[in-house]
Amino acid sequence: MSGSSSGSSSSATPYLQVAPLALIMIAMVGIPLATVVLLSFWESDGILIYPTYNLQNYIDVLTSPVTLSLFLKTLKFASITLIFTAVIGFTCSYFLVFHVRNLRWQIALFLLCTIPFWTSNIIRMVSWIPFLGREGLFNTLLIEAGIISQPLDVLLFSDFSVILTYIHLYTLFMIVPIFNSMAKINPNLIEAARDAGASSFQILRYIIIPLSKTGLALGTIFVVTLVMGDFFAVRVMSGGQSASVVSAMKNEIDQLYYPQASAMAVLLVIVVLIMVSAVLRIVDIRSELAR
Amino acid sequence: MNKKKTAKSHAGAAGITRRNVLKGGAAVAGAAVGSGVIGMPVIWAQNIKDITLNQVGPSYSVISDITEKASADLGFKVVAQTAETVALMAKTVSQPQTVDIADFEFWGLQKAWRSGNLQPIEIAKIKNWSKMTPIMRDGKNFDGSDASRQGTLPFKVLHTDSMDSKEFAAEATDYATVMPTIYNADTLGLRSDLIGREITSWAELFNPEFQGKTALVNIPSIGIMDAAMALESRGDLKYGDKGNMTREEIDKTVEALIELKKAGQFRAFWSTFDESVNLMAAGEVVIQSMWSPAVTAVKSRGIDCVYQGMTEGYRGWGLGMGLMRHLEGIKLEAAYEYLNWYLSGWQGAFIARQGYYSSVPETAKANLTENERGYWYEGKPATEDILDPYGNTMDKAGNSRDGGSFEDRIGNIACWNTVMDEDRYMIQRWNEFVSS
Repeated sequence: MSGSSSGSSSSATPYLQVAPLALIMIAMVGIPLATVVLLSFWESDGILIYPTYNLQNYIDVLTSPVTLSLFLKTLKFASITLIFTAVIGFTCSYFLVFHVRNLRWQIALFLLCTIPFWTSNIIRMVSWIPFLGREGLFNTLLIEAGIISQPLDVLLFSDFSVILTYIHLYTLFMIVPIFNSMAKINPNLIEAARDAGASSFQILRYIIIPLSKTGLALGTIFVVTLVMGDFFAVRVMSGGQSASVVSAMKNEIDQLYYPQASAMAVLLVIVVLIMVSAVLRIVDIRSELAR
Repeated sequence: MNKKKTAKSHAGAAGITRRNVLKGGAAVAGAAVGSGVIGMPVIWAQNIKDITLNQVGPSYSVISDITEKASADLGFKVVAQTAETVALMAKTVSQPQTVDIADFEFWGLQKAWRSGNLQPIEIAKIKNWSKMTPIMRDGKNFDGSDASRQGTLPFKVLHTDSMDSKEFAAEATDYATVMPTIYNADTLGLRSDLIGREITSWAELFNPEFQGKTALVNIPSIGIMDAAMALESRGDLKYGDKGNMTREEIDKTVEALIELKKAGQFRAFWSTFDESVNLMAAGEVVIQSMWSPAVTAVKSRGIDCVYQGMTEGYRGWGLGMGLMRHLEGIKLEAAYEYLNWYLSGWQGAFIARQGYYSSVPETAKANLTENERGYWYEGKPATEDILDPYGNTMDKAGNSRDGGSFEDRIGNIACWNTVMDEDRYMIQRWNEFVSS
């Protein structure tokens, strides 16, 4: 009897344990998200919102050629940023973990990576503008060195500057999880491989990369969701010449077309969810983290 | 005792409102009685201190220096809270209680009035209404001709039929939707030093000579107007009404813009004041849509920036102050006091030094020095350095204002900032243009 009673209390324990987080998630994520979904079926005339429940907003969004081009553009930004941040993140982490053997140095250099992040996102982003501008530092340098005669316009207010900014802003989100995964790799494993005659490349290919993939996967999720949800960097760094899914949404919100923006938001959530679940399908993060 | 009286007056006000609902015609009489009760000096003096009015509007109009001066003069508190027009529309519609006095751009008002969250202003209670400049009050130009009705001419949205109406009246009535305050005529900003020749037409914005060195404002409803001015003057397109384009006109405009963008005509589309300043000051752009104070800001860095009036005319805009529906009793009376103070001259002079005009030029001019009056309103060369409201030098003695006198500038408005009937479609197409 006492056994069953203790059993029932212990069956309630996990629920009590998750309750605080669950409540916060329901209040801060669940309810707003449900509101957005609800709103996306309603109608608006630019001021008043009518609870009509129809699919018109989705029909508009899905049949508009803008939607496709916006998503393709945003996906392009996300994938290019992902490739660069992954390569840089992996290289940095590799260096920190396998070349810097002294723990104190490791921590010091790791902190060095985070120094730019002590300033605000916006400052870091905007500081590129005077550097890359037509009369900016870099163009002036190139002209004075005689490499070019006309300033390069492509450096600023272009897709180049947007992606550069994304890479700059989000590489740390790659470094941290990869560093974490790599640091967990048992050095004996690498030594054993080397003793067994593996080349450096083989060690990288068959040991380090497979064992770092949790970090890569986590970093990918961070970077992809950050880029997909951005509107500020794309607006400022493209000089307003490029749009992302969210910046188009912002234009609609500004004019009080909330339901239309909501339909777009729901679509974006679905796309991001598909991408994240694809990542999770490739790498089982849960089991890897429990390792 | 006092409390009782206030409570009574509140009840009275509520009664009036109820009566209004019952019978719209009784509104004038009811309101007059109401103000008689509430306006009693004893109550006024003793309760006035506790009143706080929250004025919300764009940063270039709702300025804390102005509200502080008003608070000192009037004995109650006016608090300035800035929100750009789009944010103010959202507040007015979904959180009306957070605003007491809404400082609306007329195009924003055109949308937000329908929400019914603003109450009409009784024109009889605005002392200087009769002194208001005709272009704001009657939609007439200085020579008595009709002002351009392309876009949101303030007069189109200035009047309403009754205290409860959510519609605009076509003709003047006793009820105003808002009280016009400040306005200006916008045009293109130029880097005359980098262009080196005279520019007189909006068409120059799309001149291939300036390829990669032009910018448009990325507020769809305003950007498309600037584009339309340029396209029309190039002879590419002819609009029935630039301020209310048909779908076909929107399509043609956006297609022309996309073509220009693909050809590399634009350097940027700016969204904020400082973006436009930096684009110009850094030489990224030599000709672009711009606000007047942004040109001033570039100039104050010692850079040759001109706010050039064009032969086709200006794009006009204006603001008006609206009273929120929830204001009643003594607070409503205080709001009227504030509105009257606003047109009495101090604010008009303050705003003149930023390059804007007051809806009652007479009182504003009386509060300016002769030199300032000559420079800002009369198009005369400055006899000594011109200072902005904060005492910084804006222009040197001997220079005169770009575009000339008040009448020259405001009398030459070709279209007004607006929101179109096909607004939603236009935003969709604009998004397409920006992402192309």
